[in-house]
Amino acid sequence: MKAHGIVHKYGDNVDTDVIIPARYLNTADHKELASHCMEDIDKDFVNKVKPGDIMVANLNFGCGSSREHAPIAIKESGIACVIASTFARIFYRNAINIGLPILECDEAAKDIDAGNEVDIDFDTGVITNVTKGHKYQAQPFPEFIKEIINKGGLLNSLKG
Amino acid sequence: MGMTMTQKILAKHAGLDSVVEGQLIRAKLDMVLGNDITSPVAINEFQKNGFDSVFDRTKISLVMDHFTPNKDIKAAKQCQQCRSFADKYDIVNYYDVGNVGIEHALLPEKGLVVPSDCVIGADSHTCTYGALGAFSTGVGSTDMAAGMATGEAWFKVPSAIKFNLTGKLNKWVSGKDVILHIIGMIGVDGALYQSMEFTGEGLKNLSMDDRLCMANMAIEAGAKNGIFEVDDVTLEYVKGRTDRKFEVFKADPDAHYNRVIDIDLSTIRPTVAFPHLPENTKTIDEIGKMDKIKIDQVVIGSCTNGRYSDLETAAKVVKGKHVAKGVRAIVIPATQQIYLDALRNGLLETFVEAGMVVSAPTCGPCLGGHMGILAPGERAVSTTNRNFVGRMGDVTSEVYLASPAIAAASALTGCISDVQE
Repeated sequence: MKAHGIVHKYGDNVDTDVIIPARYLNTADHKELASHCMEDIDKDFVNKVKPGDIMVANLNFGCGSSREHAPIAIKESGIACVIASTFARIFYRNAINIGLPILECDEAAKDIDAGNEVDIDFDTGVITNVTKGHKYQAQPFPEFIKEIINKGGLLNSLKG
Repeated sequence: MGMTMTQKILAKHAGLDSVVEGQLIRAKLDMVLGNDITSPVAINEFQKNGFDSVFDRTKISLVMDHFTPNKDIKAAKQCQQCRSFADKYDIVNYYDVGNVGIEHALLPEKGLVVPSDCVIGADSHTCTYGALGAFSTGVGSTDMAAGMATGEAWFKVPSAIKFNLTGKLNKWVSGKDVILHIIGMIGVDGALYQSMEFTGEGLKNLSMDDRLCMANMAIEAGAKNGIFEVDDVTLEYVKGRTDRKFEVFKADPDAHYNRVIDIDLSTIRPTVAFPHLPENTKTIDEIGKMDKIKIDQVVIGSCTNGRYSDLETAAKVVKGKHVAKGVRAIVIPATQQIYLDALRNGLLETFVEAGMVVSAPTCGPCLGGHMGILAPGERAVSTTNRNFVGRMGDVTSEVYLASPAIAAASALTGCISDVQE
């Protein structure tokens, strides 16, 4: 599996309240959630995001509330992968469980800038910054988690 | 190698003699929790994936607490969906307006969690039950759906930070100040992927409400869970709430900790977290040296600080006094029982006479849902747990996290203040 897209860049401690504010949690509709994605820190995100784009952030991405609406909103926006230095643990498992690809890579998170064009090879964990000509190696997933991802999410994996 | 409290509980629920840090396990669950925001997503996934039974109708709790009493038609529809699911599967612990309380105050109060339980909840503050010596952690809706169907969840066994507590809190200082102090010290990702294990001779001086408040905010340090060693305070609290038998696990003397942090409770000062992260803490003494921070609203309530002793403290501070002009003060007892106790003991009268309003139990304002939303540029002192951008309303509004004592004292002066005696 591969991804190729333009980067939307954020900083440290991006919390799930800014990814999808609670005032919109009176619905579970994926499209409606996506229409407010990142609204409180990047009002223009929903207008500029294109299918296949990549989100990059620094430390503790997705901290705060356990709302699965956050990775759902990001995925439904068309984001192909989130790269961060570290992820908050509930966001990390939610992303895996719903099939939103994420990669932990501090070097990539620090070096990649907004607007860079990035290539990702999920099989090898190699991230290529096409704009800068740099390559970074992301942490591979443990086998157990790879299996959940390969089966298309947690509930599919339970069906055997 | 020895195991921590968390590791022992996880090993037992995974049917293993021992576990080590980083090990991936499947554990059996004693309780699966969801609320009116997270359960609809879980129910959709449950149905979409063709599940047609729940693992145990007594081990699922559906608590309609976030946008209730229903704030709008969409919120009403979400509760309707949960109600219909609860009816279909005959879920015993379904709580709605009339018997609902804020989930993390309600479940311990009802005796639905006991020491050494393994609990997941589709709400990040599910870590609250660590106060009872349970392993308890927040997950998302898909994990909740899987938990309801199978009674199991996957976990990576966490490493740990040990907090060795000594001494005794001073007057007007509470568990809220201790946990804000800790988050200020280690940061919002200071315990990322780890368990925070509270022990030490100072433990006996912390009430169950203090412990529930501290474990509640373990997530604000990024922790997987917070857990308190079980002692007489725990056993006394659980007694009479449940007839379930439980084991008590203590950490092995040679358990490994990434860090050991000593906290002398007698040195903790009233502490406030400034916008927009819970780690931006200042003591009330530091705030005293700053320009006055004028406020528009005070919220006393939530799964962090809406328990009886929180209301009692606030009532002591405001009794016979009146909130400052221009301050809207909102008090939210966390459960119907707390509401009733506060009513019978005259606390609600004290609040109303002081110019405060008392709401039905709800999470409402904490997450900017309803019952106290902030306008652009407004500031609130709140006993809740998060002060992120836009958390309680407009993106330019500000939330200062504090204890019930500081929140009540600030309501009286109209700026962030210590209790005036």
